[in-house]
Amino acid sequence: MDLTLYVWRQNGPEEKGKLEQYAAKNVSPDSSFLEMLDEVNNDLIENGIDPIEFDNDCREGICGTCGCVVNGIPHGPQEKTTACQLHMRQFSDGDSLTLEPWRAKAFPVVKDLVVDRTALDNIIESGGYTSAYTGEVGEANQTLISKPDSDYAMDAAECIGCGACVAACPNGSAMLFTSAKIAQMAVLPQGEIEAAERVQNMTEAMLNAGFGNCTNHYECEAACPKGVSVKFIAKTNREFVKALAK
Amino acid sequence: MQMLQSSIGRKLVMALTGLCLVGFVLVHLLGNSSVFIGADGINAYAEHLHALGPVVWIFRIVLLSLFGLHIFFGIQLTLENRAARPIDYNQKKNIRTSFGAETMIYTGLAILAFAVYHLFHFTVHATNPEISVGVLPLDAVGRHDVFTMMVLSFQKFFISAVYVGAMVTLLLHLSHGVQSLFQTLGVLGSKTLPVMEKIARAAAIVIFVGFISIPVSILLGLINL
Amino acid sequence: MILDGKCPTGPIEKTWDKHRFDMKLVNPANKRKYKVIVVGTGLAGGAAAATMGELGYNVEAFCYQDSARRAHSIAAQGGINAAKNYHNDGDSVYRLFYDTIKGGDFRAREADVWRLAQVSNNIIDQCVAQGVPFAREYSGLLSNRSFGGAQVSRTFYARGQTGQQLLLGAYQALSRQVKAGTVDLKTRTEMLDLVVVDGVAKGITYRNLVTGEIESSWGDAVVLATGGYVNVFYLSTNAMGCSVTAAWKASKKGAFMANPCYTQIHPTCIPQSGEHQSKLTLMSESLRNDGRCWVPKRKEDCEKAAADIAEDDRDYYLERKYPSFGNLAPRDIASRAAKEQCDDERGVGPGKRGVYLGFQTAIDRVGEPMIKERYGNLFEMYEKITDENAYKQPMRIYPAPHYAMGGLWVDYNCMSNVPGLFVLGEANFSVHGANRLGASALMQGLADGYFVIPYTIGNYLAGVKPGEVTTDHAEFKKSREEVTEKTEKLLNINGKRTVSSFHRELGKIMWENVGMARSEESLKYALKAIPELRDEFWQNVKVTGEAKGRNGQLEDAGRVADFLEFAEVLATDALHRKESCGGHFRTEYQTDDGEATRDDENFCYAAAWEYKGEGKAPELHKEPLKFENVKLAVRSYK
Repeated sequence: MDLTLYVWRQNGPEEKGKLEQYAAKNVSPDSSFLEMLDEVNNDLIENGIDPIEFDNDCREGICGTCGCVVNGIPHGPQEKTTACQLHMRQFSDGDSLTLEPWRAKAFPVVKDLVVDRTALDNIIESGGYTSAYTGEVGEANQTLISKPDSDYAMDAAECIGCGACVAACPNGSAMLFTSAKIAQMAVLPQGEIEAAERVQNMTEAMLNAGFGNCTNHYECEAACPKGVSVKFIAKTNREFVKALAK
Repeated sequence: MQMLQSSIGRKLVMALTGLCLVGFVLVHLLGNSSVFIGADGINAYAEHLHALGPVVWIFRIVLLSLFGLHIFFGIQLTLENRAARPIDYNQKKNIRTSFGAETMIYTGLAILAFAVYHLFHFTVHATNPEISVGVLPLDAVGRHDVFTMMVLSFQKFFISAVYVGAMVTLLLHLSHGVQSLFQTLGVLGSKTLPVMEKIARAAAIVIFVGFISIPVSILLGLINL
Repeated sequence: MILDGKCPTGPIEKTWDKHRFDMKLVNPANKRKYKVIVVGTGLAGGAAAATMGELGYNVEAFCYQDSARRAHSIAAQGGINAAKNYHNDGDSVYRLFYDTIKGGDFRAREADVWRLAQVSNNIIDQCVAQGVPFAREYSGLLSNRSFGGAQVSRTFYARGQTGQQLLLGAYQALSRQVKAGTVDLKTRTEMLDLVVVDGVAKGITYRNLVTGEIESSWGDAVVLATGGYVNVFYLSTNAMGCSVTAAWKASKKGAFMANPCYTQIHPTCIPQSGEHQSKLTLMSESLRNDGRCWVPKRKEDCEKAAADIAEDDRDYYLERKYPSFGNLAPRDIASRAAKEQCDDERGVGPGKRGVYLGFQTAIDRVGEPMIKERYGNLFEMYEKITDENAYKQPMRIYPAPHYAMGGLWVDYNCMSNVPGLFVLGEANFSVHGANRLGASALMQGLADGYFVIPYTIGNYLAGVKPGEVTTDHAEFKKSREEVTEKTEKLLNINGKRTVSSFHRELGKIMWENVGMARSEESLKYALKAIPELRDEFWQNVKVTGEAKGRNGQLEDAGRVADFLEFAEVLATDALHRKESCGGHFRTEYQTDDGEATRDDENFCYAAAWEYKGEGKAPELHKEPLKFENVKLAVRSYK
């Protein structure tokens, strides 16, 4: 199938960018979205044009490196799918695709579709951990954790840190990302001890990084390739109230 | 203090003040509904309110502060949220959110404008002084004739249109606001959230229908002098 | 040269404890004076950097990804082994040790494997304390499952994302140290040279992948935890950025490359669908707990739809060949069996390079909902990629390069033959021998990072004066100049072929000649074809863009250039090892029914290759392997 691409090209963080039109010809419906971009890039290179820069690594939907906004939706139209797992059979011959980077103040564009997501790391650094020194711990089965709690923590921990929630949020908020970690830790006995400081520090770090505030649009959940639920945001709100009470 | 600087703290303020304002709106609606009983109903209701004296003023000040906080943080958060995306998408499709959610700041400001008009209209009597309780004769038992004032006002198509229009914005505002405040208060889970979204929309519609039923009934002549 | 692994002597169960006591220590107040460089932030590197930061060392960590959380350890699905014996099914440190030695086809060092088995339990304790949400029973206790190559339940898991959860645990511990200021994390940087001063590793030169700047960093010790090299096959389950570059640069500076021919081909991957393919996706080995591998008995049936092939016309080849382990045979054996069926022209799917993995028997036995609960996410993933519903028709699978057992040679302290250069995780060669068992990679990465290097690096640093050599030293300038020159050279060739076309061609040579089955003939062919392709690369590659700023083509070009050199060492090693063992299968050395024939008399050693310069054959050094606790035996899963 043949497609027309409108791709955001931007040379560096300070440069101005714009959409450029490219043709993607003879695309196999069995190829992935990123493999389609590989082919387009090969054509560009052969024609002496700098290839489109896009972040990607594992290409199996778990590392969270890839992602761009495809026709207005982060990671493209298929539900619960990262850009690398999106396959071209989701599109039809003759389709036009507009590709843009995640857009947020906290995610400056590095080049083309590549953005700098250090801000997400800064949020984790502010408290997304338990303060357990290596070796300084008890036996694993000493503390029982109920299966529902453990499953709840795992549901939250599925987050791959891709930033699609920020890209989708009308407010450019990282609340789903931040909450997923807060909720995971708060429900586990190991993390509960530091829950009060964690919720305050992490939400503060989120704001300081330049992300917006959550106003419950739930676009994050809809865009999340791992289906992380906004119930973790509700949980975070509860944790915040608990922290206030302390 | 930390509460009023943090992201969630301010969101909680929005939710709590919002909850109180919804409560006020409901009470206001119930009070207004006494118009359906006729002059006896609403005039008695107005008389009762006035008889409360200083309590009315305390109530007004509290209400004003709630409004003030809600508006202040609403604007502040909106400005911050806009700054979080300085360059907009060329193409953006929203999947889950609603028109009501996307227009909160506009409907909010519209409601503010309406509230001001509403006060000028029925409380200060500045917009239509010729049909204010001060000008109209007292009713049969010597009370301010709020009933006549309302009927005469809403018989004017323009005034009714303004009120109905304002209630559309309130409908939109509440269709998002009510479920949102419960999410913010942290009482929702993944099963209860969709239910609450439905309940909230239904409540917004009930409030909307309740409020517009008054000018509409008057315009249609179902309530008259 | 005969290499010495410096293993402690005495009863094996005491070796690590005794060694820990014998090692020198660095005074807590002096630790911050030492600077340690860690390259790579996967399970091994992330855990090492975090732990050394906690101890008080001044750590500088590097990764090519935009965040330490994205290292490819994240993609491990199945689980992590530990000898907890929670199921009371006869597990013990000794059994885990034994299984790993046997699984590795008797080509690993006993003491290293013992230590791995011993600390495996500490890893689980540590991860639980970090908030890793391992699967649990309704009792609240940790849950276990069994995995290929073992007859006990010792695998801990977090759904199908164990690697992700363990890595996030390490990443979070690392983030805590970044915040505390003990670790300086430099993301989007790629190590392009090891700086060796007077024979001792003293730093690295790297490219800043955002600005394009070539920079250097010094350290009193350098720790490489840079993963494996199976992207030399082009199509593999590794991430696009995985490369041999860091290890190869170290090798060119004198570190020996050990057993590069031991590559693991994972049996259950989704087959290639076309020429556009950029990577192969793994389906967790756990599928073989319920899935049955089969192909049609007759060639004529291969074109038919699976459902149209009668039960009697199906060949459940693993059950036929290995009645006792059946579909749970270890990876190397299962992979080779799949290849055999396809070579026999009984493969299925596009290009006939695939076998079926059917779940009908299991669905009939336990019902579709149960299968959905166990493997739902894998079935979904399979459908996304292939557009086929595996509940209705069998999956098509084919082996794919997955893991490198070989790597830089290290002694018992995880230090290479270059003093001051430590190598951890998949990047070293130490514990998996010729074949790695499932759920052991995560165990090794974390063992090395959390519980080995923090001790052994102290032993080394205690004898080093801190900060003696810094980036002011002339060697650093020389290193930067060399790297810059090489970068310019790549950019100036301006030929006609894309970088990826070279990588693809190299992959094809490697897969067909140095892949699952190797022969003297195929290896000799590869050793002729690789240098030819390398020559063409340096004359005809087209690398677009500039040295400054982000340039993905330049990054890839450097990696492919290194693969083109390393591939030759891999093939050389495979040619010299005239035996079949684990992941290394030489067609000349097999029994009548196609089983690997090991030659313990002549090849019971680790082969460590020394780089001798461009175009020169590498020199072989041997480290003899002694088996004092496990008896050398034929590895049988029949």
